[in-house]
Amino acid sequence: MPFAREYGGTLATRSFGGALVSRTFYARGQTGQQLLYGAYQALMRQVALGRVELLCRRDLLELVTVDGVARGAVCRHLLTGALEVHTAQAVVLATGGYSNVYFLSTNALKSNASAIWRAHRQGALFANPCFTQIHPTCIPSGDAYQSKLTLMSESLRNDGRVWLPAMAGDERPPAAIPEAERDYFLERQYPAYGNMVPRDVASRRARELCNAGHGVGPGGRSVYLDLRDAIAREGRETIEARYGNLLEMYERISGDDPITTPMRIYPAPHYTMGGLWVDYQLMSSIPGLFVLGEANFSEHGANRLGASALMQGLADGYFIAPATVTAWLAGHPTPAIAVDDPACRAALERARGRIAALLQVGGRRPVDAFHRELGALMIERCGISREASGLRAGLQELEELEHRFHSEVRVPGSAEGPNPELEKALRVADFFGLAQLMLRDALAREESCGAHFREEHQSAEGEARRDDANFSHIAAWEFRGDGAEPLRHSEPLCFTALQPSTRSYR
Amino acid sequence: MTSRPTDSGLAPGSASRPRLSLNLRVWRQESPAEPGGFQSYRLEQVSADLSLLEALDQLNEQLIAAGERPVHFEHDCREGICGSCGFLVNGQAHGPQAATTVCQLYLRQFEDGATLSLEPWRSRAFPPIQDLVVDRSALDRLISAGGYCSVNTGQAPEGNAMLVGQEQAASAFATASCIGCGACVASCRNASASLFVAAKLAHLGQLPQGQPERQKRARSMGQQMEAEGFGSCSSNLECEAVCPKQISADWISWMRREAR
Ligand SMILES: Cc1cc2nc3c(=O)[nH]c(=O)nc-3n(C[C@H](O)[C@H](O)[C@H](O)COP(=O)(O)OP(=O)(O)OC[C@H]3O[C@@H](n4cnc5c(N)ncnc54)[C@H](O)[C@@H]3O)c2cc1C
Ligand code: FES
Repeated sequence: MPFAREYGGTLATRSFGGALVSRTFYARGQTGQQLLYGAYQALMRQVALGRVELLCRRDLLELVTVDGVARGAVCRHLLTGALEVHTAQAVVLATGGYSNVYFLSTNALKSNASAIWRAHRQGALFANPCFTQIHPTCIPSGDAYQSKLTLMSESLRNDGRVWLPAMAGDERPPAAIPEAERDYFLERQYPAYGNMVPRDVASRRARELCNAGHGVGPGGRSVYLDLRDAIAREGRETIEARYGNLLEMYERISGDDPITTPMRIYPAPHYTMGGLWVDYQLMSSIPGLFVLGEANFSEHGANRLGASALMQGLADGYFIAPATVTAWLAGHPTPAIAVDDPACRAALERARGRIAALLQVGGRRPVDAFHRELGALMIERCGISREASGLRAGLQELEELEHRFHSEVRVPGSAEGPNPELEKALRVADFFGLAQLMLRDALAREESCGAHFREEHQSAEGEARRDDANFSHIAAWEFRGDGAEPLRHSEPLCFTALQPSTRSYR
Repeated sequence: MTSRPTDSGLAPGSASRPRLSLNLRVWRQESPAEPGGFQSYRLEQVSADLSLLEALDQLNEQLIAAGERPVHFEHDCREGICGSCGFLVNGQAHGPQAATTVCQLYLRQFEDGATLSLEPWRSRAFPPIQDLVVDRSALDRLISAGGYCSVNTGQAPEGNAMLVGQEQAASAFATASCIGCGACVASCRNASASLFVAAKLAHLGQLPQGQPERQKRARSMGQQMEAEGFGSCSSNLECEAVCPKQISADWISWMRREAR
């Protein structure tokens, strides 16, 4: 893997959000992508050796459990539509995070929660679902049909100054707003850290001012990130060389030249710290079901720091799972179950029933229309900032929306052959269930903690206030049937060497 | 919902941004067994801030509401890094903008009233699946023919045990940035995968870990290229012109020397 190098040939390092030391190896802006290629190549080598069989173009729709132990999965072949049963001695899920519950996020469009959600319904505990990270420097949306929010490197905050018109409802173009009428709100509120405050703080302050009518751009949902002063200080060429690719990307997407006019940015859902509960072996509460990467809840607590998602991918996939999954296999030499085992048939029926129900609705609205509504609801009620009455209202609205989905959606085509709309419908149906759990979890956690900010729990200066006496624990939710209240378990956090303290950036 | 301003980004105000209308001629093909053909659609007054794929999303919502089958196209990241998307726009792989995948091609690149023809990659090695979707698994098979280092990684070594010069690492990086979209194949009149294979060989061949199997890798990936039905390179350089990652075709000549 072509990591960046110093002149002497040693590995180069970079500093990252939340860390004061330069300690992160990187490969330009593609570290994750290059790690993925390395893993992909190693995988294709095993394929060539006949040790791994790839079953591409499949969506996992159900988990098979026998006597409470994971013994297989039901997948849908995305080209033929066939439902397949795969039996196994262990099941490993590495199916990523659930930021797409918000519809617009920085994640790839096919990222989804179905695998972990289906496992949750089979008994796997879901931990801290409300811990979701909203990244401040994304290219905002311009139109209702926009399908994703692209992340820009946080490094831009090193040279860019964040501002908004001081007067609410000011519709003048940025160049026409004189210096005295600009509010550099992060510098004003945080003289020590200024534009470099942590992600959650920057996101929250931007949202507050947009809600108060100061926001700019389409719908008033963005803030300026202005390179003007940096260009005046260091020259256009230096700034262009420092951020070259990023500035090009911004221009390509927004159509504006960031050198001559301030960029517009807005926070976007980016990473989900919550996920299936796992133990130190990365095994979920269903024996034989292992969960790796962003799909599990471990490692990041209530907020993830820059670069540590890739660190977790390596830790889980390279160091932990090879030892713990093999240990499980060695200790459980149970004979394989037959593909027509009653447990497999039941799982198959569950998947078939869900597909048939979605195809039968025969409504008029496409899946995406509902997904957009779900996203709007979730970002409003359970996004950058949450509050009890809003969360309760969100639960109500969600119930109505889910009901409308199941009576008004139109999923064209049939269960056979390629049907991308059916794939989306199955995912969105599962996002409804997860959204409800997120709202409940956010409501139950009566404190502000990491990326979870409850408006009721803040200091006089508007900063997050934790309640370690009552909430220094992991919330792990148990599914108890459709319509039944899920059960909240708590696993206490024990700090032995270091004690959690309060952050201050003022 | 309440009357509070929302975070959804769907609030009014976008009306002031530029809009345009487009005529789309889209290749529709139900299955590999059935013949395909172009079908014309019109998109009225769509936002110029949308990508071409988002315009197709919008078209699909209209088709679904009208009871028709939506257009099938591949995509995932929608930010030009995963290599899932790709089709011909007016005969050009990924459309007219240089260094751009089709998911990053924004409508403001087109004139109001323009007609865009969208067709799938055409190559013997990429059998059709449906509409704009083709099967590119031949590229995966090329990688499994040797596009890796066959030493088990073992224990994590000390990071700086192996030094790599900065320029060399940067050059390896430039070739490692291939996203495997297949545009090089689709734009080549011989349907050659030479740029794809050369990029992989150069990525591994410039790093110390890739040295032991350099020649063997070049030979076996070359053989697999033929077995998959990819043509040979006659230096038309179309591949370089359409590559969204701007990988240089000079690496193809480099590859020829490697395989000797
Ligand atoms: C734009 C962006 C930039 C980032 N930058 C950084 C960074 O600089 N540093 C850092 O540390 N982290 C970064 N992250 C976070 C990090 O990339 C992710 O957390 C990490 O890639 C997650 O890896 P994973 O293997 O757990 O899941 P993923 O990479 O999300 O893989 C999950 C896979 O499972 C598939 N899948 C999901 N559900 C199913 C199903 N039901 N059936 C079959 N397949 C399914 C998905 O399609 C996907 O291919 C970034 C994330 C984004 C979105
Ligand atoms: S969708 Fe990923 S590169 Fe276009």
